[in-house]
Amino acid sequence: MTHAAFLVIAALAVGSALGLVVRRNAIHGALFLVVNLGSVAALYLTLGAEFLAAVQVIVYAGAIMVLFVFAIMVLIPGKEETGLDPRRGWRLLALPVGALLALQLLLVVRAGVGPVAPAAAVPGGVEAIARLLFTRYLLPFELTSVLLLAAMVGVLLLARRRV
Amino acid sequence: MVAESWYVALSAVLFSIGVVGVVVRRNPLVMFMSIELMLNAANLAFVAFGRRAGNADGQIAVFFVMAVAAAEVAVGLAIIVTVFRLRRRLSVDDLSLMRW
Repeated sequence: MTHAAFLVIAALAVGSALGLVVRRNAIHGALFLVVNLGSVAALYLTLGAEFLAAVQVIVYAGAIMVLFVFAIMVLIPGKEETGLDPRRGWRLLALPVGALLALQLLLVVRAGVGPVAPAAAVPGGVEAIARLLFTRYLLPFELTSVLLLAAMVGVLLLARRRV
Repeated sequence: MVAESWYVALSAVLFSIGVVGVVVRRNPLVMFMSIELMLNAANLAFVAFGRRAGNADGQIAVFFVMAVAAAEVAVGLAIIVTVFRLRRRLSVDDLSLMRW
């Protein structure tokens, strides 16, 4: 039962990822990416990470993808990749290279991850995450706020109208 | 319970698809979305290995990756919009100003 669920969600994730790469329309790609992020959130649930699943849906599939769709709408999509590709041969070379990379990674996984050790149930709720976040990872957590502030200032600088 | 190696294998496949997307596509927005795909594949591996280790530290790492990704998307999209304002076109092949 759990294996069947995993296989269905994994097929959904891989299919939507391929859709993002294959489809020409950027909006279609964005919607495929939303499906992909949602299926990864479902995988988080099967791994026992409830908090991360919620954050994935809210922050990734919600906020970040809205930003993407907004940018696509602003930038008039669909006109950039209609012409003939001047470097088509080089780009098609990426397919065997990507397949080779996937094969290599899978071989590493097969050699390195090995048989599963039945671990105890991992705490994945808000309480466990918050306890770690505010004790052992307090400094990185505070530094994240500085990072977000810096990003905000940088974006304001970039978006400023030139005088 | 599904073994961790399956999750890590799926993460490897998703990462490779993201790499191909970055190389093949010409639209910088789609390349950017492929980068998000790769980040997500890495996150999935983090959570899977975290379950294998038996603690929630992997999930903390994913939390930080998400925060950094949010900042990165905001700055990157601002850069793309600025470039589009200057150039009126949106293909990475045109952006050769800083290439030797």
